[in-house]
Amino acid sequence: MAFGNKEVLRNINFEIKEGEIFALIGPSGTGKTTFLRILNFLEKPIKGEIKYNGMKTPGVLDTRRRMSLLFQTPAIFNKSVFENVAYGLKVRGIEKKIVEKKVNEALNIVGLAGMENQNARTLSGGEAQRMAFARAIVYDPEILLLDEPTANLDPANVTKIEEIIKRIRNERRTTIVLATHNIPQVRRIADRVGILLNGELIEVNSKDGIFSKPKDARSEAFLKGEMIY
Amino acid sequence: MSSADFLIQGIIRAFELIFSLNPYILSITGVSIKVSGTATILATFTAILLAFAISFLNFRGKQALVTLINTGMGLPPVFVGLFVFLMIVPVGPLGFLDIVYTREAMILAQYILITPIITGICLASIKAVPQSIIETVHTLGGTQKDAVIETLKEARFGMITAILAGFGRALAEVGAILIVGGNIAYTGSVGGIGEGLSKTRTLTTAITSETSKGDISTSIALGIILISLVLSVNILANYFQRTD
Repeated sequence: MAFGNKEVLRNINFEIKEGEIFALIGPSGTGKTTFLRILNFLEKPIKGEIKYNGMKTPGVLDTRRRMSLLFQTPAIFNKSVFENVAYGLKVRGIEKKIVEKKVNEALNIVGLAGMENQNARTLSGGEAQRMAFARAIVYDPEILLLDEPTANLDPANVTKIEEIIKRIRNERRTTIVLATHNIPQVRRIADRVGILLNGELIEVNSKDGIFSKPKDARSEAFLKGEMIY
Repeated sequence: MSSADFLIQGIIRAFELIFSLNPYILSITGVSIKVSGTATILATFTAILLAFAISFLNFRGKQALVTLINTGMGLPPVFVGLFVFLMIVPVGPLGFLDIVYTREAMILAQYILITPIITGICLASIKAVPQSIIETVHTLGGTQKDAVIETLKEARFGMITAILAGFGRALAEVGAILIVGGNIAYTGSVGGIGEGLSKTRTLTTAITSETSKGDISTSIALGIILISLVLSVNILANYFQRTD
C-alpha cells in the first residue's frame, strides 16, 4: 500500500480468527488505520488480496455489509440519535418494526436508551462514540473494525466501551479487529496481538505470548516503551 | 417646510399608503414577488442540477463550468440586462419569443443573474460536507447513491440559504429588469397616485421612477416594503445558517 511515493504497508500476511479480538498495535502513524481502511475497502492495496472465510471477497458491497468500521472520531449525521443508529439497517431495506427493535437493543447495550430523539450532534464526546458504536453493531456485523475507539475518552467511557467490546464478542461471536496504541487496553481485552512497525507486521502472537515471550526484539522494545519514534 | 418635516410627512404618508393597501403599491409588490419568485424557482432547479453534476459526476469541461459559475456570481446586472435585451429584441436570436418589456423577459434576466449565485453557494455547501460523512455511509453498507443522498441532506441548510440568497438578490436587483422590463405601469390612475397598476414595474424600478418624479412618500412606502421583504429573507437565511 502506498500513498504517492511513500509505501505505507508491506509484507502483511496473517489470518484473523472468527470470534476473536485481534489487537493491532503499533506507534502512531505506523499504518494501523490504513490497514483497517483496506479491510473495509476504503483504500485499495497495490498488491495482494484479502480473503474472507478463506475465499476471495464476493464483492465490495456484499463483503462490506458483513462488517463495520468505527473511526477514532466518528462522523455524526445531522439527525437524531435514533436515525443515526438506524442508518445501516435502513440502507439494507430492513422493515421499520425490526429497525425500531434493533435500534433500541443497540442503544441499551451502549447505555444511551432514552436519548433516541436527541440530535446526535449535541452529544458529548463519550456519548457520540458510544452512539457510533451502537450504529456499528446494530446490524450484527460479523466483523467489527475499531480504530482507536477509546482515544480522547475519559476513563469512565473507556471502561464502558471496553465492556461493550467484550459483550459483543461474547454474546454475538463477532470478530473484532482493534487498532490501538493503548497497551494496557490490549492486556485487558485482546485475544491475539499483531505488532505493526513502520508499515510492517513484525509479529503476530497470543496476548500471553506477546507480553511474556515476544518473538521479535523490536516487539519487546515497543511494549516496554523503549522505542523512540 | 424644513427637510425634517418633509421627511416625516413622507414617512407618515408612506405608512398610510401601505396600511390602506393602496392598489398601485400592492400591484408593484405583487409583480416583484412574482417575477423574483418565478426566477428563483427556475434558477433553483438549474442550480441544484448543476451543483449535483459538478459535485458527483466527471465530465469534460467541468472546470470550465465551475469558472463560468464563479464569474457569473459577480455579473453586473446592467450587463445581464443589456445581454438579454439584445437577445430578445425583434432582430435578436430570441426575437421570435416577442417578450421585450414583459415580465417573462424580467424573469429571464433575473434567472441568468441568480443561477450562478445559487449554484455557487450550493456547491460550497456540498463541498463543506466532510469526507468522513461519505466514508461513514460506505462503512455502514450504503451504496454510492446513498452517499450522494446523505451528502445532499447534510448540505440542505446551506442549499436553502443559497435559494434565499438568490431570491434576496433578485428582489433587490434593478439594472437588468429596468432594461428588459421597461418599468411599465398601465395607463390610468389607482389609489390617487396618478399611475395605473403595474405591468413590469417592481419595487426597485418604481423607487427610481417615483423618486425622479418627486413623489417621495410613494418611494418611501416602496422602500419600506422592499427592505422588509429583503430583511425577512435574510432573517430566514440566517436561521438556516444557524440550524446547520
